[in-house]
Amino acid sequence: MEKRVTFRGLTLPLLLVLPQILISGVFFFYPAGQAIWQSLFIPDPFGLSSQYVGLGNFEFLLSDEYYRASFITTAVFSILVTLVCMLPALLLALLADRLIKGAGTYRTLLIWPYAVAPAVAGVLWLFMFNTRVGVISWYLGQLGYDWNHVLNDKEAMGLVVVASAWGRISYNFLFFFAALQAVPKSVVEAAAIDGARFWQRTFSIVLPLISPTMFFLLVVNVVYSFFETFGVIHTITSGGPQQATTILVYKVFADGFIGQDLGSSAAQSVILLFVVGALTVIQFKFVEKRVHY
Amino acid sequence: MFSILKPRSTNEPLPGMVEKRGASLWLTHVLMILGVLVVFFPIWLAFVASTVSQPEIVSPPMPLLPGDQFLENYKRALFSGINVPVATMLFNSLIMALGISFGKIAISLLSAFAIVYFRFPGRNVFFWMIFITLMLPVEVRIVPTYEVVAGFGMLNSYSGLIFPLIASATATFLFRQFFMTIPDELAEAARVDGASPMRFFFDIVLPMSRTNIAALFVILFIYGWNQYLWPLLITTDPDMNTIVMGIKQMFPSGDDTADWPVIMATSMLAMIPPVIVVVSMQKLFIRGLVDSEK
Repeated sequence: MEKRVTFRGLTLPLLLVLPQILISGVFFFYPAGQAIWQSLFIPDPFGLSSQYVGLGNFEFLLSDEYYRASFITTAVFSILVTLVCMLPALLLALLADRLIKGAGTYRTLLIWPYAVAPAVAGVLWLFMFNTRVGVISWYLGQLGYDWNHVLNDKEAMGLVVVASAWGRISYNFLFFFAALQAVPKSVVEAAAIDGARFWQRTFSIVLPLISPTMFFLLVVNVVYSFFETFGVIHTITSGGPQQATTILVYKVFADGFIGQDLGSSAAQSVILLFVVGALTVIQFKFVEKRVHY
Repeated sequence: MFSILKPRSTNEPLPGMVEKRGASLWLTHVLMILGVLVVFFPIWLAFVASTVSQPEIVSPPMPLLPGDQFLENYKRALFSGINVPVATMLFNSLIMALGISFGKIAISLLSAFAIVYFRFPGRNVFFWMIFITLMLPVEVRIVPTYEVVAGFGMLNSYSGLIFPLIASATATFLFRQFFMTIPDELAEAARVDGASPMRFFFDIVLPMSRTNIAALFVILFIYGWNQYLWPLLITTDPDMNTIVMGIKQMFPSGDDTADWPVIMATSMLAMIPPVIVVVSMQKLFIRGLVDSEK
């Protein structure tokens, strides 16, 4: 797509793009290049010199038990987050779609959590499940269940998943609701005349019709759980107990800033770079589809 | 058996086929309200905790209805805080969020205008450069970006908080898409009338982009306000902490009990500005969401 009518000039357009080129160059391309460069070296412990190791950092990483475990943790985490944020959102959207009056009010109320930062969401959920003062952990205790996410791997994972998915429910709700509203009423009514019940209509007509939105949300939510949940994990578990909630992005931070293992951290960044690339390609493929329905 | 053909009495309203009435309608409302309550519960609990005293919280179960310490807790949070007054952190967050929103919108408007309305050498290279920056979140390149910022002496500064986060081109991409939809006749007319490109930009393009700019502002404001990892790395001086990253710093290290009422008051203060922006500009917000994901 090109404009037919354009202005003449060379200095002006270059001046116009200059700020963006400068900022992207200094704060994006240079650091990204550095990450790739550093991933080929192992700095000595005093940071005075570094030794070229080729793909050594990558070989080491891929044979590192902890790193491989982190891959699995990330997979489990992102699948769970995606499910936990999409299913309730879909249910709420299906309900809201049945209403003629009041749907707008519910939407306004449900938007709230989207505005809550992941790190703040982490603090809220930590507060509810705190082993000493948490309300929910206390009631669980009354029921005879001893909640302790500080020691128990599965409970820690469950808590960071729910805290990460919580604010995301709003986002998914908005997209599902918009998609449902766009489903032609005549199709649904025709099915109703033929005697299809609500759930039959939902599963055989409505959900297939909104499947492009579902695929789109699936990809977007996976991207979210990979890259934007750092705040939740850092506030609630700091990657623990042991490494039970250390997802890939958290490990880049932990190895780079706490462990000071710059070579390994850079190599992890490069691996993540490929993961993002793959996800972006998938995302654009689905977005293409989404436009055509 | 022919009751189905019985003519409908004329004053009975025609119900839609699939809209729910009566009991089923109420059930839908009840379920919906339940859903909203469950989703809202964490926020409610934080609010309650911010209005009661510490002893009420540390002897569980804490009350589920607000107490009378509202003013006391918020005053303590805002003006003394734990490491630094929360008012300072709020101010820092505001500067950061506004800086990111305005900065990104300004540089993106200019470069998108150049890409769409000019032919200059390197234009395609530039466009692809922009495309690549869409893919890499700051989390992935933190260590080298930190080194760059430290090298410029921008640790603990607003520019250090803002610049690395505007180095991505989502907004440029968006404005480019929008500028492509502006009718060519407008640019033609401007050229015939002898208007300079910048005159055309300020008098035609900018006013036409108002809604897009506002929608993008909502999204960027929340994005900037809610940043966590980046401020955590570069603001070691408590006076430069932003509120979202500062909350975690309020927890004591070791075994001491956290000052929950103040922490929860701070959490409420941290979520109020973005919530106000989202709720009051709901239409723009939804539009911004849809635009920025396209």
